[in-house]
Amino acid sequence: MSDHVDLIIIGAGPAGMSAAIAASRQGLSIVVLDEQARPGGQIWRNVEQRRDGALSTVLGRDYAAGAELVDRFRACPADYRAEASVWHIDEGQGTGGGKVFYLKDHQARVLEGRCILLATGAQERPPAFPGWTLPGVMGIGAAQVTLKSGGQIPDGPVWIAGCGPLAYLYAMQLRRAGGTIAGFLDTTPPGRLLPNFFAFLQAMLFQPAPMLKGVAWQLALRCTVPWVPHVAALTADGGDRLKTLTYTTTGGKPVTVEAAHLLVHEGIVPGTHPTLMLGCEQAWSDAQDCFAPKLDEWGETSLPGIFVAGDAGGIAGAQAARLRGELAAVAIMRRLKPSAVAERDAVKRLRSRLSRIIAGRAFLDRYFRPREAACLPPDDTVICRCEGVTAAQIRALTTNGLGDPNMVKAFTRAGMGPCQGRQCGYGVARLTAEITGTHAATVGLYRARPPLKPITLGELAVLDKQRTEA
Amino acid sequence: MTRTESDILVIGGGLHGLSVALQLLRAGRSVTILEESWVGRHASGASAAGVRTMFRPVSELPVSVEAAGMWHRIEDLVGDTCGFHANGQLRVAERDTDLISLENRVRETRSAGFKHEEMIDRQTLRRLAPAIAPHCVGALYVCTDGAADPHRTLRAFRVAVLAAGGLICEGTSVTGADHNDTGWKLLCGDRIFRAPVVVNAAGAWAGKIAAMLGDDIPLGVKASMMMVTERVAPFLDPVVSAVGRTLSFKQSEQGTLVIGGGLQGRADVEAQRSFVDFERLARGARAATELFPAVRNIRIVRTWAGIEATTSDHQPVIGASTRSPGVFHVFGFSGHGFQLVPVTGLILRDLIIDTKTSRQIASFAPDRLGVRSAA
Amino acid sequence: MFRKIAQPAQGVTVEVDGTPVRASLGETVADLLLRQTEVGFGVNAASGRVRAPYCMMGVCFECLVEIDGRDSQACLMPVREGMRITRRMGRPEVAA
Ligand SMILES: Cc1cc2nc3c(=O)[nH]c(=O)nc-3n(C[C@H](O)[C@H](O)[C@H](O)COP(=O)(O)OP(=O)(O)OC[C@H]3O[C@@H](n4cnc5c(N)ncnc54)[C@H](O)[C@@H]3O)c2cc1C
Ligand code: FES
Repeated sequence: MSDHVDLIIIGAGPAGMSAAIAASRQGLSIVVLDEQARPGGQIWRNVEQRRDGALSTVLGRDYAAGAELVDRFRACPADYRAEASVWHIDEGQGTGGGKVFYLKDHQARVLEGRCILLATGAQERPPAFPGWTLPGVMGIGAAQVTLKSGGQIPDGPVWIAGCGPLAYLYAMQLRRAGGTIAGFLDTTPPGRLLPNFFAFLQAMLFQPAPMLKGVAWQLALRCTVPWVPHVAALTADGGDRLKTLTYTTTGGKPVTVEAAHLLVHEGIVPGTHPTLMLGCEQAWSDAQDCFAPKLDEWGETSLPGIFVAGDAGGIAGAQAARLRGELAAVAIMRRLKPSAVAERDAVKRLRSRLSRIIAGRAFLDRYFRPREAACLPPDDTVICRCEGVTAAQIRALTTNGLGDPNMVKAFTRAGMGPCQGRQCGYGVARLTAEITGTHAATVGLYRARPPLKPITLGELAVLDKQRTEA
Repeated sequence: MTRTESDILVIGGGLHGLSVALQLLRAGRSVTILEESWVGRHASGASAAGVRTMFRPVSELPVSVEAAGMWHRIEDLVGDTCGFHANGQLRVAERDTDLISLENRVRETRSAGFKHEEMIDRQTLRRLAPAIAPHCVGALYVCTDGAADPHRTLRAFRVAVLAAGGLICEGTSVTGADHNDTGWKLLCGDRIFRAPVVVNAAGAWAGKIAAMLGDDIPLGVKASMMMVTERVAPFLDPVVSAVGRTLSFKQSEQGTLVIGGGLQGRADVEAQRSFVDFERLARGARAATELFPAVRNIRIVRTWAGIEATTSDHQPVIGASTRSPGVFHVFGFSGHGFQLVPVTGLILRDLIIDTKTSRQIASFAPDRLGVRSAA
Repeated sequence: MFRKIAQPAQGVTVEVDGTPVRASLGETVADLLLRQTEVGFGVNAASGRVRAPYCMMGVCFECLVEIDGRDSQACLMPVREGMRITRRMGRPEVAA
């Protein structure tokens, strides 16, 4: 009942699109699945519809540049299926590739691929703090998404809290769009520049343009927006929606202010659910403070024929995602069509461009590493939003020195809700590590259980009917 | 410092290991549980937690009916209700021919002296399960059966064992065993535990442990799949199964639908991993939507497969080893051991302390499966 | 509440909790609901608290609403002419 193709690419962001363009040049049969309605991924969400006009100016040149890649992707022979959400992947039991189960138009479908490329991107690191479940609190990335897809900005006193390039970029975009920022609560801890000065110089050397841009944004914002440095703790309050927030700076006293919106950001982390579910080996990245699948130099996971490209394999940004997509395409081609040998020089060029980007990245990782308190919130903080499990409940589960997030899950229901632990995975790992005096790297994340995305009983039932009637 | 000498070592911290430990502790023995990962990591935590006497093999009924009585007073045993509700179990007939097979079953159990199973008609079925599809014609019903919450049950047994002075060593994998005049010596990596008596409650890995202890018991492995949906408003009390279908369907206290019944996924016992096969699980989803058409649009949020040992006659192995002194087996529940949890503790207490039991366990004898000496 | 930075050229009409509402082509249901005055996207099925989108990229499931009779993540669903959107203030009902 299932179709067969050479390559299934999941995700039509920079990584997935670039891989599709490169691999289709060699005549591979390719299907690209993405749950969004249009190609572009997170960074170039809706870029096709925002080619010009006010919004395009607000979002800036880097955003507009995505349209060119999207056009080439649309023109390439890969079969692109939008609004197709992948809910399960079955590895081919060592034979390479596997089966991809997805939902399109409320129909469950199965597709078999000789290779699978996961280009499923990243998610914002969820920084749990008291009150973060109140309507009015959302991720800065989330606010940027609604700017891209809805062309809209938050109204009323808007507070921005966090650190990292995306926080500054969005603040700039918000101001360009005519929004007002009541205050910027910078959560970068004090004393980060000096110890990382060498990395700073390195970044300036290898990535001068984006670095200078970042410095310019910071300066511009500090001059025009009420700026509170070294914010160490945050609480949001209100009944059914955010009304006030309280922040505390390092060594300072709590300050309470009125707020209609609080946008938070502590960097992004790879979306590890698909690779965790498949059982691909994972490695802790100390530099980025997160897990990422173990990949070889082409992006192949520990499972044969299953590749990862882009931020799903480690955070490196859109330019790197494109290069890693192309590299994965080369390896996939070599595997499926040994006759079509890729040019050595081309590969060399891809690698050298990639290594410059990675070299520039180190500074951002170190300078904007989330503060410890963002990972170990106070007792009254909800950690699992879906099931309403608090840090106190998790801390109460001390057990003979053996901490396992899966046990926390079983005993508290944390991670059992519809998001399947995507929002609380790191929180629970951190708290478990804290309880048992170990490190999140040893504790690990929850086991990811299928489906990757909820599917209705009726939608699944159809797969059986197809079988018996076939 | 971990205590290394005890009266009894229990291998396996699933519910049966905990239940056995609890009864022995209460009888004044010192007990240490050795658990490879953590309490309830495998079948016990993956269980559908149905508390069902209905439709069990007649030879299991004496102990199963006793266990049912214990579930009704489970709070007395472990200080918590374990989320147990006696909301009944139904085995639905979709065709008139199904009714006949169910009636035969009732006759069989009645003649064996058990009166808990009864037939109900269409109207009664509709009253007990209003959302049931209109084509269903009747059901077998046991009103005293029901279901519990597996995680709450685990927690209750765990807390009770600890309160009774038991020692639970999690993250402790038994890698070897040795016997001499003073008893058993179990190797766990570089640690050693000693006791005159060893209870093998190692679930899917019980065959391996039995071999270490000198018994070679042929066992199979099951990887029964389960699925759980988002929470929905309360609409169903009893647990529902159906003639000719691999289905068990219930609504939990939290409102989620918990759907299982024994559809088989894939297990990699060595790696302690199990895999869901969606093309097979689809059959369960289909059964659920055909029996309860209104749940079509309810979303599945989680699925899993739990690994457990099975025997060729689908009945557990409970009893003393006839070859290895001081070794007792309790495993092989073949996908329906949750209900028996409270009673296995009593049986093993009898066997270990009194060297005999009045409970009917002859058909669970380890030797029936053709045990050979593993030496 | 959110506000548009420019008036969209093309629009569609959808129904939110039974009331017709204009939306702009290309936006998602979550974008639209973020501009509605009522607070929230429904209530959390476990705790009953009012919830609203947190991630806008399909991760958190805080944006679940009923769209044309099915639960959907509003942040992944583009608006379409005639769509019926319902916010759920409790757990889904299973009609007998
Ligand atoms: C919120 C946010 C904002 C960012 N903003 C910026 C920025 O302004 N500037 C910058 O340089 N970098 C930014 N980044 C980083 C940048 O987006 C990434 O480096 C880059 O886009 C990575 O590309 P990718 O192809 O790996 O992933 P993505 O662009 O995320 O593409 C992954 C695609 O996979 C799809 N997908 C995921 N799971 C499934 C599934 N189960 N079924 C079907 N489809 C699925 C998604 O819909 C998505 O389209 C941002 C990241 C985030 C998360
Ligand atoms: S807002 Fe997070 S899933 Fe839609």
